[in-house]
Amino acid sequence: MSEILLETIYHVCGLILIYISIKTLMDKDHSSRIGTFIFWACLGTVVGFGKWLPPVISGALVILMCVMVMLKRVKAGNVAKTGESYTKKIADEIGYRIFIPAIAIGLVTICVAIFTKLGALVGLGIGTFLSAIITVLMTGDKTISYLTEGRRTIETVGPISILTMLLATLGTVFSTMGVGDIITEGATKVIPQGNILIGVIVYVVAMALFSMLMGNAFAAFSVITIGIGLPFVIKLGLNPNVIGILGLTSGFCGTLMTPMAANYNVVPVAILEMKDRYGVIKKQIPVAIIMLLFHIILMKIMG
Amino acid sequence: MIKLIGIIIVVLGFALKLDPIGTVIIAIVTTGLAAGQDIVGIMELLGKTFVANRYMCLFIIILPAVGLLERNGLSIVASNVIRKIKSSTPSKIITIYGLMRTFFAALNVNFGGVASFTKPIIYPMAAASLENRGIRLSSKDRDSLKGLSAAQENISWFFGQVLFVAGPGVILVKSSLDNAGFKVEPIEAVKAEIPVIFLTILVTAIYMYIVSNRIISKYNRESLLHNKAEADE
Repeated sequence: MSEILLETIYHVCGLILIYISIKTLMDKDHSSRIGTFIFWACLGTVVGFGKWLPPVISGALVILMCVMVMLKRVKAGNVAKTGESYTKKIADEIGYRIFIPAIAIGLVTICVAIFTKLGALVGLGIGTFLSAIITVLMTGDKTISYLTEGRRTIETVGPISILTMLLATLGTVFSTMGVGDIITEGATKVIPQGNILIGVIVYVVAMALFSMLMGNAFAAFSVITIGIGLPFVIKLGLNPNVIGILGLTSGFCGTLMTPMAANYNVVPVAILEMKDRYGVIKKQIPVAIIMLLFHIILMKIMG
Repeated sequence: MIKLIGIIIVVLGFALKLDPIGTVIIAIVTTGLAAGQDIVGIMELLGKTFVANRYMCLFIIILPAVGLLERNGLSIVASNVIRKIKSSTPSKIITIYGLMRTFFAALNVNFGGVASFTKPIIYPMAAASLENRGIRLSSKDRDSLKGLSAAQENISWFFGQVLFVAGPGVILVKSSLDNAGFKVEPIEAVKAEIPVIFLTILVTAIYMYIVSNRIISKYNRESLLHNKAEADE
């Protein structure tokens, strides 16, 4: 049941993307009609119906999307922005009641995740549809606005929306080739073992750096903990209860500083329509570095 | 060593601010080729992981609903709430949101998110708290507030979820170290993490306070100069 519902949500997601591609194709004034059409049509097909396609076909479609992006052929279309007068008028009429559909997205997601066996992703899908239905009923807005706004907001994010999935592939490639092992092997040869302070610093910094490289502290954790955490820190008699979890959160500090963690650090820049691609990371770096220092201190005194 | 070519491509590409999609796909293909894969094998792997990780782009499904909410006044109403609270500042709003996000994350509840919360509600509130003071924000300072809101979002969610005893973080630590022969007690691990969370909240709150105050005092200085110039005339 959960599987079928989740797949249905992917279908809907795919259809929205295909709607964008068709709208683009019909837009005679579009500055890059064909390239943009190809990008959203391929993405819609892979996201909506990738389960039915042989992996090699999905892979070919992904490469085609990337080629369109690299040739700079994917551009946002001309979607009229909602007039401020309309938004102001509705805001006056509806007032705080607009928070009901806004909160509904999160609330429904949580309720579905806790009270059913369908999972949070299905909850998220149901929550967003319910939210849209409540909004339309409450404001008397046209149903098509859902798709028009969808096209505008999704096109604002643009090709960056696929970066996370590409990075997941890169992570898989790195792991299967044993990149982590090469790095830990090098580190163990160069750095002396036996000194607790040096060990702690090496482990914390290695967790942060490898998390930056993988874009994900979870992917870095077992490689670095087994390769560096054990010989440099835990085997010197420090408490594994403390070292393990603090190692993981040292990795989080790294995740806060890397564009490889695209879903946290790069996609939000596009969603928030910021100019500087690293605008979010730059705001996180001071906190991340201070917290890394605290990790070293806490590991040394609590471990 | 040839295996590390992908890392070099990625690091250079991101450092030189080249197109990230192009950088990553080239890194995938070259690393695959360097490892002796053929192009069909690489495409297969790409297709398989892309489809397996589709959940990562489910924010696409949030966007139309949030766009609809914004069209129907959500951000304006959120700003209006803040206009009634004269003493509000960006750092207070962002920190309160961060505490709420951390609290829910500790219960393993993912309540929040950039698309559904930060963009339509928290950032407009933070901006409104400055407009309250008669400040007309430059686009650079707007981006700065957006960056702070997103940073708080990430920090709270990352560190908060580690407090959940049966969360994926704690489980990963336990399974990795148990396998290596070092028993980990989940409750003890979570206890060890409490000082980290406490410090994270403190450091982030102070940081938010400093950056938000810097913006406020910058505009205060400007209006002071402006008033002085007018008085001189």
